[in-house]
Amino acid sequence: MQYFPSWVPFAPEQASTLAGEVDALYLYLVTITLFFSVLITGLIIFFALKYRRRTPNEVPRPVAGSITLETLWTVIPLLIAMTIFAWGASLYFKMYRVPTQAMDIFVVGKQWMWKFQHGGGQREINELHVPVGSRVKLTMTTEDVIHSFYVPAFRIKADVVPGRYTTTWFEATKPGRYYLFCAEYCGTNHSGMGGYVVVMERNDYQAWLGGGATDSPASQGQKLFSDLNCATCHRNDTQDRGPMLAGLFGKTVQLDNGQTVIADETYIRESIVNPRAKTVAGFQQIMPTYQGQVSEEQLLALISYIRSLGTTNDSGAGGGATTGRDGGQQTTTGINPDAQRSNPTGPTTPGGTRAPVSTAPDSTGEQPDGANQPRSGRQQQQRSRGRQ
Amino acid sequence: MSTAVGAPATPIDAPRGVRFPHVNYLNANYGIKSWLLTLDHKRIALLYLASVTFFFFLGGVYAIAIRLELMTPAGDLVESQTYNKLFTHHGVLMVFFFLIPSIPAILGNFLIPLMIGAKDLAFPRLNLLSWYIYMAGGIITLWALLSGGVDTGWTFYTPFSTTFSNGYVVAAGLGIFVNGFSSILTGLNFIVTIHTMRAPGMTWFRLPLFIWAHYATSIIFILGTPVIAITILLVALERLARIGIFDPALGGDPVLFQHLFWFYSHPAVYIMLLPSMGIVSEVIATFSRKNIFGYTFVAFSSIAIAVFGFLVWGHHMFTSSQSIYAGMVFSFISYAVAIPSAVKVFNWTATLYKGSISYDTPMLYALAFIGLFLIGGMTGLFLAALGLDVHVHDTYFVVAHFHYIMVGGALMGYLGGMHYWWPKITGRMYPEGWARFAALVIFVGFNLTFFPQFLLGYMGMPRRYHAYPVDAPVWQVLHVMSTSGASIMGVGMLIPMVYFIWSMRYGKFATANPWPATGLEWRTASPPPTENFGTTPVVTWEAYEFRPMEETEVIGPGDTPAQPIDGMQPTDGKNP
Repeated sequence: MQYFPSWVPFAPEQASTLAGEVDALYLYLVTITLFFSVLITGLIIFFALKYRRRTPNEVPRPVAGSITLETLWTVIPLLIAMTIFAWGASLYFKMYRVPTQAMDIFVVGKQWMWKFQHGGGQREINELHVPVGSRVKLTMTTEDVIHSFYVPAFRIKADVVPGRYTTTWFEATKPGRYYLFCAEYCGTNHSGMGGYVVVMERNDYQAWLGGGATDSPASQGQKLFSDLNCATCHRNDTQDRGPMLAGLFGKTVQLDNGQTVIADETYIRESIVNPRAKTVAGFQQIMPTYQGQVSEEQLLALISYIRSLGTTNDSGAGGGATTGRDGGQQTTTGINPDAQRSNPTGPTTPGGTRAPVSTAPDSTGEQPDGANQPRSGRQQQQRSRGRQ
Repeated sequence: MSTAVGAPATPIDAPRGVRFPHVNYLNANYGIKSWLLTLDHKRIALLYLASVTFFFFLGGVYAIAIRLELMTPAGDLVESQTYNKLFTHHGVLMVFFFLIPSIPAILGNFLIPLMIGAKDLAFPRLNLLSWYIYMAGGIITLWALLSGGVDTGWTFYTPFSTTFSNGYVVAAGLGIFVNGFSSILTGLNFIVTIHTMRAPGMTWFRLPLFIWAHYATSIIFILGTPVIAITILLVALERLARIGIFDPALGGDPVLFQHLFWFYSHPAVYIMLLPSMGIVSEVIATFSRKNIFGYTFVAFSSIAIAVFGFLVWGHHMFTSSQSIYAGMVFSFISYAVAIPSAVKVFNWTATLYKGSISYDTPMLYALAFIGLFLIGGMTGLFLAALGLDVHVHDTYFVVAHFHYIMVGGALMGYLGGMHYWWPKITGRMYPEGWARFAALVIFVGFNLTFFPQFLLGYMGMPRRYHAYPVDAPVWQVLHVMSTSGASIMGVGMLIPMVYFIWSMRYGKFATANPWPATGLEWRTASPPPTENFGTTPVVTWEAYEFRPMEETEVIGPGDTPAQPIDGMQPTDGKNP
């Protein structure tokens, strides 16, 4: 939706679906500002000249206040302000309500670099390649201080906060290289914590992806799951000492204090690094913390793996479940794993080559390749190992 | 028959360097002890003037260093770590040790008792104590900045400040913590004074708007400052004792800090601005010889700003991962707080209507204030618009916006006030020609410094950047403009420093009421005697009553054309 071409003076390029809308609101505000600035400065200059002091001793008559005028210049600015508020708020909702059908990219900030991982496992630092015309959802966290992911050409910005996942999204409209900045001051080399978002035609993107295919996050998570002996307690077939994880993602979990929580990324992360925060009803508080033992990237891999064990779609009726804290910016959705398969590459990829994204094995158990098949065997081993 | 209103503005031509003919607070006694142990609010105000000016000068040096670094895209003048300390020190000194205390502690201290017809503030010892506390806080902070430095930004965001920064965070925090008590005591003193020590006849709605503004400011001092004190304490606890409050690794919440910090620091913006608005009201009335249009609306808008100002802190956090619904509420209330500010601007403009406007230096600053505050305020609407803020948040757009408010607003008001009351404070006139010239230089320099930053910000230049991309040539052009503007403004600031000091010895003697104006402070000698008034004044006139209120003209149908009458119709028949 390009309301305005890029002739907006002193504006960065418009390279996302939201950029034009932000610029339109900006121009609306510039117009209002110009109007009032010209009005007030014009009046001041006019009065200052017209009523300048002509003799040193003149004293003008007092002028009484006017309720009519006071009411007018209270109500009219208030009405104008409300239009700005409504416009701004609706745009804000578009920015932070992540669409359910979007390709997933994990972002981990650290002093002073950006680390990205694609659904197919490709990793990048300080440069993010994305296809044009696809919705991209970023799930972000940081290893240290607060950073802020900012791409001026997309008009998006979201703080990256330690200890929680924040999300934002964009849909690039024009191939090109666009600045990526860290917008939240983060220490010595803050101004060096940036790079580029490279928007590519879909074909180029497929070619690029093909170059660096590795394990998907989910299969990396599976490997971690076994290395950390998680299956000792979290068996896949039946409830054990720990809750069963298959089908957990997106489900409503009953806690022992009577509350419920949606099993989204934030909840699963918290359950790994701070298991005592919430205890699932019917289980003992025996899980040790894994804080310090798993990095943020490994946590994301583990979450991908748990998601690949199956999601519950019943909670996704309203566009997805929300996390406890607010359901706003941190909205995460019980995304149908098919989302990744159908979007963005499948139908448009020529020659039937399936992109690594689409073959990403972080999908449900039906998928014959990838995560599922070897799992049972490996878990058997782990369990026996864990119980030695 | 006093000389209060209507006396021609002709300063007495005195031989240079001659001492004042009358006994006043400046020559009542001499010696360092008579200053450091003084309980006179006017002398304490001058103690503040000297120390605040020192911190302002230091903060200005840091600003120049920042601007020089940004002339080139590469970070080539200083190292990144040094640059981060530069902007942190600039912010800490300017906010906590210049902008917040400047007008209340100097002009408020000096003028509040004079304006309400009192001998002093309610608690003179507390007043002196607050200056000592200010100095203690200032020295601790200065020690922290000079011995190790702080690189957290003046905002001290966690967990960077509690876990990752190597600077002297706790020491700087301690200085700000201590300094806060100075603000609290000043606020307390003002509120009690305004409530209990008004002269007979000085009713609430006869108070100068300067007093209303300081009353509102004092409310924020008392309610807001303890919150920043608590927040600093929590940061220190986490940093020293590793108690998890903000650091998620310790079970804390980093965004909680932002809520606590801005709960104080947003209202703190109004601490800087409201007193300045009070000055503008006084100056506009005096130099257009008119009563302020819509006095009660202007008075209550100050209170409204103080109250609503406490409810909008979340608009600094639209991208912080705060709930989008919370964002909506904060955005909405932010637009509500914009309205009282707009009401003030409209009323000041309307005051000029049919006035008798002169272009003395204080008036130039007051008019500059309106124009610059207008731009600062309107760009605040950009930032309060949720979807637009996401793009411009933490960019130079924000930097430009708050400098238009704090420099274009608060500092212009402060300079206007200093010129306006200089004859009262020192008994001498400043050189008018030089002062007008300096005002022009500062105005031009200011706009050249900060207007390009709006453009930079919308183009996406993030704030607190030591270096910026080379392949964006327009950015450098704008930065060079900004730096040259800062240089012009820096020179402009030095001119008043020179002629103010010069005028203390060589300026012409000021009459009791040189402009002339209507306030009580002009109905005593310049400089005032230690006890302010010979006898307690009795107030029988309205605020800004340059001519009897019976002659008031009503705008609207049946309007008679204004006929400025030559020869004053002084209202001082009512003057005691």
